[in-house]
Amino acid sequence: MTEHTNAALHWIPFLPLAAAVVSGLWLVFAPRGLPRALVIALAVGAPIASFAIAVTQVFSLATGLEAEQRFFVDNLYTWISAGDFHAELSFLLDPLSSVMVLVVTGVGSLIHVYSVGYMDDDHREDKGFQRFFVYLNLFTFSMLMLVLGDNLLVMFVGWEGVGLCSYLLIGFWYLDDANAAAGQKAFVVNRIGDFGFLLGIFLLFWSFADAGMPTVEFREMAANVGLLGDRVVALPSALSFLPGFPSWGLLTLACLCLFVGACGKSAQIPLYVWLPDAMAGPTPVSALIHAATMVTAGVYMVCRMSFAFSLAPGAQATVAWTGALTALFAATIGLAQTDIKKVLAYSTVSQLGYMFIGAGVAGYSAATFHLMTHAFFKALLFLGAGSVILGMHHEQDILKMGGLRTRMPWTWFTFLVGVLAIAGVPPFSGFFSKDEILLAAHEAHAVPGHEWIWLIGLVTAGLTAFYMFRLYYLVFTGECRADHHTRDHIHESNGWIVTPLVALAVLSLLGGLIGLPDAYGELAGVPQSNSLHYFLQPVAASPVHQIEASTEFGLALTTTLVGFAGIAFATLLYLVRRDLPAKIAAGIRPLYELVRDKYRIDELYDAAIVQPVVRVSRIVLARGIDQGLIDGIGVNGVARAFRASADGALKYAQTGYAQSYLFAMLLGGAFLIAWLVRGA
Amino acid sequence: MGDISPFQFQVVAALIFLIGVGGVLTRRNMIVMFMCIELMLNAANLSLVAFSREIGDDQGQVFAFVVMVVAAVEVAVGLAIIISLVRNRDTVNIEDASQMKW
Amino acid sequence: MKTALFWIFSVAALGGAVGVVGNVRNPINSALNLVVSMLALAGLYVLLEAQFVGLIQVMVYAGAIVVLFLFVIMLLNLRGSGASSAETQPLMKIAGTALVAFSGFFLVRVLASGRAPWPDVDPSYGTTRAFGEALYTDYALAVQVTGVLLLAGILAAVVLAKKRLD
Repeated sequence: MTEHTNAALHWIPFLPLAAAVVSGLWLVFAPRGLPRALVIALAVGAPIASFAIAVTQVFSLATGLEAEQRFFVDNLYTWISAGDFHAELSFLLDPLSSVMVLVVTGVGSLIHVYSVGYMDDDHREDKGFQRFFVYLNLFTFSMLMLVLGDNLLVMFVGWEGVGLCSYLLIGFWYLDDANAAAGQKAFVVNRIGDFGFLLGIFLLFWSFADAGMPTVEFREMAANVGLLGDRVVALPSALSFLPGFPSWGLLTLACLCLFVGACGKSAQIPLYVWLPDAMAGPTPVSALIHAATMVTAGVYMVCRMSFAFSLAPGAQATVAWTGALTALFAATIGLAQTDIKKVLAYSTVSQLGYMFIGAGVAGYSAATFHLMTHAFFKALLFLGAGSVILGMHHEQDILKMGGLRTRMPWTWFTFLVGVLAIAGVPPFSGFFSKDEILLAAHEAHAVPGHEWIWLIGLVTAGLTAFYMFRLYYLVFTGECRADHHTRDHIHESNGWIVTPLVALAVLSLLGGLIGLPDAYGELAGVPQSNSLHYFLQPVAASPVHQIEASTEFGLALTTTLVGFAGIAFATLLYLVRRDLPAKIAAGIRPLYELVRDKYRIDELYDAAIVQPVVRVSRIVLARGIDQGLIDGIGVNGVARAFRASADGALKYAQTGYAQSYLFAMLLGGAFLIAWLVRGA
Repeated sequence: MGDISPFQFQVVAALIFLIGVGGVLTRRNMIVMFMCIELMLNAANLSLVAFSREIGDDQGQVFAFVVMVVAAVEVAVGLAIIISLVRNRDTVNIEDASQMKW
Repeated sequence: MKTALFWIFSVAALGGAVGVVGNVRNPINSALNLVVSMLALAGLYVLLEAQFVGLIQVMVYAGAIVVLFLFVIMLLNLRGSGASSAETQPLMKIAGTALVAFSGFFLVRVLASGRAPWPDVDPSYGTTRAFGEALYTDYALAVQVTGVLLLAGILAAVVLAKKRLD
């Protein structure tokens, strides 16, 4: 027992797990569901309790321990023990996981509360209310396992768990085939990423073991990563076109494999295709899983493995460029979408790209900062969208909305706060976090082409401001374009829904303070105001930029101006001259349709990958091997062989005629005697 | 005993036994089958007695005697069975009594 | 002299055996052939100085067992048609051929074999007295058991063969 041992940590994930298990078992075995009040108490109480525990533990972490030794460990038991290798089921609370835990439990609790109001409207299924919260709590448990894991294995358990819960929740209204298909798509694409993740884990473990230190624990790996710094992997000659041929750094290869996993979970190119489809799930799910928590797991993982990425410049560059391209790509698609949730979905992909830009240029605190602020305002936006959808009687097409400002005032106001935050308008939180990333990109001289990355980030910021305000204007301003039956029933949502919206709006406004860059802080007379950066420094070291305050302000101003330009353009098109969008779309019809159809990437994947796989599966695997070989020869063939042998030969042993029995006896007796007498 | 070797007696016994086997396997009439079984028993007896004489020990004769007694009992019981079988099925054909299959 | 007797009795026994198996007429024919075979065997027993056994052979086998067969044949009023079915006729031919072959083989062996010696036995070997003494001293248990067996057999035969009274 040292000052680092903490026995309370394991309650953080296990409370939601207990709630899920109790509720879930009741669902399975009892004929009727639990009373609604009890379901709510369990489902909402658990994450709130976890949040409370997390707050207290983080507080004692921050105040009780020295900066260099800030971590708590809660070791439950030794899971794997094989020779020199030990893997424990243990939880780690250090600065990085503190941020994640607070975000997951805090925002998560708010969304749980919101869901009570949202899912009460669910008429589609009996016991659906209870089932939803079972899944939601299970998800919270998995996510907490992921962020609190002390080693790659516990993290992977959580990783898989969130993938599963994502599938369950996306396809929550499973009676509709489209929803079930969306859930399946999410799971399969995630799995592809998970394969990469596993390869990365294996590679790391094997390398460490080879170097004499078999471990998957983060702290041990971080301390010993120098052992692997020089190792290279020889590439086969078939891959001679790859840069860096004939050999790659071992760490580079491992980090790239891990990054594939991150792409899958955090919806980067090329594994982003599941996220827009995931909007088929209930809106709280989109808010929790596909905005605030699960999709950030990839970013968290890269930050957690920063000790490896720092020694793998090739991987870092890949991360940064993938993030940049994804950010731009998704932003362009978001320009032309008409479903309120799809706009937000592509926006999420784009913002995740920003986070990876941050992680790729070693700005880990910037990436984490943006992760946190994004959780606030994206969850706010999604929950607001959910409120709108409820008010509009499950209408999701923004072209049929409008004028909701007066009819749903709370929703309108909080949504506006979220839009301002995501557009990077100061002093909302989004401004500071986005700026820190762009600053890190601008100063990251180690990453090739980093100025282009900065430029891409800048352009994307403008696009983001534009399409978010487009969304805002189309939904809340102007005349209501819904049919008059829906129009008459538009109403503000109930307290369960509005309260989390307000809470998140406050956070979106004030959340930036925790990462206020030093330059601004000095203006206000607060030294080292970027508390988040300093808090994370021991764990995920970002380079401190030696930069003039003037340069910093200059960059921030540029970004802000680009953002305002986007807002201005959106105001022009959607507030002032509402006829323009249609004219512009008509003018660039083919390009417009390409963008609106999300560049037909899904169709491309379908034709190039899915269909051939399905065909091979159907013809070779299903018909050929399964039916032909296993069924035909294995199962049926064996049966047929038995029948034939019985019919052809064995049945003659039991004819019923005494004489044939006698003959058999005599034959046997003769053999026996011959055998016994053979020696004589 | 003159020119006869003990082997010759065994040959005779063997031949009678083989004839009995052939009869049991080929005849359909139950009674005749039974008689062939008796032939086989007799052949065994002959073999026993011949060996007994060859060795000079009278155990073989006692054995043969007991075999005879048992054969007598067996014939009595067997014929009783055949009688009741014939009474029920009205046939002495062995092929008509073939229910002992599966 | 003994040689000639041996050959006569052997041929008779074998011929009777073939007659039991091979005749296609009455089962009575078979039974009578059986008698012949058994009497021949009795003769062979006497040749082997097993007089008591030979005696018993005639009394029990030829005199009781075959008579029992005849009784049953007549009780059941069986007709002829001992012809074997179509399936077994080729089998019969094969069996017959095999038998002839075996006989030939054995004959050759017999004629080629040497004259093995017979041990001398004391004159009381095989006599009734000696036999009886052995039976009731050394093999008394066997005698008792066979008695029980006979009792069981009688009961069984009676129970199995009697007609139902209903």
